[in-house]
Amino acid sequence: MVEKRQITEKMMQIFFFCIASASITILFLIMIFLFKEGLPILNTVSVKEFLFGEYWYPTSEPADFGIFSLIVASLAVTFLSALISVPLGVMTAIYLAEIASHKVGEIVKPLVELLAALPSVVIGFFGMVLVAPFLQEVFDVPTGLNLFNAALMLAFMAVPTICSISEDAIHSVPVALKEASLALGATHLETIIKVIIPASISGICTGIILGMSRAVGETMVVLMIAGGAAMVPESVFDPVRPMPASIASEMGEAPIGSDHYYALFATGIVLFILTLIFNIIADYITNKYRQVGEASL
Amino acid sequence: MDITASEYEDQADVSDKEEAVEKNLIGESAARLQRRRKIVQGVLFTLFRLGAAINGIALFIIIFFVFKNGMEAISWTFLTEEPTDSMTRGGIFPCIVGTLCLGMGAIIAALPIGVASAIYLNEYARPGCMLRIIRLGISNLAGVPSVVFGLFGLAFFCVMLKMGVSILAGALTLAVLTLPVIIGSTEEALKAVPDTYREASLALGATKWQTISRVVLPTALPGILTGAILGLSRAAGETAPIMFTGAVFFAPGKFPSSISDSVMALPYHIYVLATAGTEIIKTRPLQYGTAIVLITLVLGMNLGAIIWRSRLRRRLK
Repeated sequence: MVEKRQITEKMMQIFFFCIASASITILFLIMIFLFKEGLPILNTVSVKEFLFGEYWYPTSEPADFGIFSLIVASLAVTFLSALISVPLGVMTAIYLAEIASHKVGEIVKPLVELLAALPSVVIGFFGMVLVAPFLQEVFDVPTGLNLFNAALMLAFMAVPTICSISEDAIHSVPVALKEASLALGATHLETIIKVIIPASISGICTGIILGMSRAVGETMVVLMIAGGAAMVPESVFDPVRPMPASIASEMGEAPIGSDHYYALFATGIVLFILTLIFNIIADYITNKYRQVGEASL
Repeated sequence: MDITASEYEDQADVSDKEEAVEKNLIGESAARLQRRRKIVQGVLFTLFRLGAAINGIALFIIIFFVFKNGMEAISWTFLTEEPTDSMTRGGIFPCIVGTLCLGMGAIIAALPIGVASAIYLNEYARPGCMLRIIRLGISNLAGVPSVVFGLFGLAFFCVMLKMGVSILAGALTLAVLTLPVIIGSTEEALKAVPDTYREASLALGATKWQTISRVVLPTALPGILTGAILGLSRAAGETAPIMFTGAVFFAPGKFPSSISDSVMALPYHIYVLATAGTEIIKTRPLQYGTAIVLITLVLGMNLGAIIWRSRLRRRLK
């Protein structure tokens, strides 16, 4: 009887372990299939031509498969949106964790969560039909569907990520540190800037990196409002074509097994690796600089 | 140099006075500094408040404008009829059905796997290399761009497993995407179960599995269901993963006949009507109307989950 129970126990543990490995298996499957469908493009163009080629004319004869302008567009949109989302996200996090009363916090926090829950296609639609004409008029630019508009909308998608992770980090700062600073006569603001933020900086950085990772990979917003021109932008009001937009808009037309199809998967590989790097850096920071009690300060 | 007593006193008096003046000065400058620090704090705190307010305002602006421009499109026919006149009129009923099919399918596939993964992570796993790798896998899976899920779904489910563009392929792609969401919220729910429950059960002679299945899971169930709702709303709102795997611009009939049919879906419908349709301006009310339905569906589920969760937290405290 006892032995049978022990065997069941062992079986259950192995069973759960197998299922828990599903995530990592799926991650590997994603990688395998991206590479399987993406690497054949290298029979047509070299890695250098693909990554640094300036021209993306996948359907012309002969076709050009250079995604340099797409990569630049993705990075430009991400960094421009970070300029907006980082201050906004960190400020909101500090407000929620330190300044807001419990009652106000209970209202503001769900609002930020709802902002995160808005479907990206709705934000894209909003940016397209309402923000774009507005920008066009205010800044007197030829089109409102441009880098700036996309970055602005992406910023609001990245804010909740940055905010919630930073807030957790700020919350986990030991109260003793805060009290010590206040007891020495520092004001609340001085305590926040000189004690609490330095103590939670690793968590805040993790949040920022994950927020940017979300902005890089976000598809619908850039697909609908970045403008779609595959060229290296010269100003923030130029239309651009980030990688996800290119994949999403062209995949429907690319025949399975064609060079264009392979090129889009290869673009997916670049995008995947980019976000993987962001995520691994974030994971590294979290584990390396984890605040354990008050010891590490 | 002799100093008389009175002179000495005078001098002392003067230095006393000087000291007093100095003290006063210090006091004043300290007070000034104090005031300045307070003002700086006030200004920056207002800035932080403003930052937080901007998020709420952005949410309200988006919802307000979409509802303001789209309310007139909402009617009973719009919600319950099929599109007519080559998509320029009629309703979006098939889209609602399609989105529900895809979302429910995703949850049915992802919930068992997600819950079991979370049980392993929270109840069985011991800290170590393997746990680190699994956690890294989950956090990276959560960070994969949605369009890459779409590519994966296309290459794996549609082409390799020969499912074609179908509900099955779309739902499975969405399931992969919602898996990290469900694992995360289930783990949170399991963590909220007090250890004393587990210890009491183990002390009565129950095995670990008995403890988990009869004590831990029933206690954590409401939290797990909240996570399932959040996962469902996430799946229902996603567009990019279903673009090549499950959703199409037009599917005949109100209901799909089997899971190997392709369907129309709300998010994809908005995207197509707003960017690729032949009559973009003419169908604008339809676009707004569809956006309202999608927002209501997704935010409604989220709001419900958030409220339910905060109640649960209060009860477990």
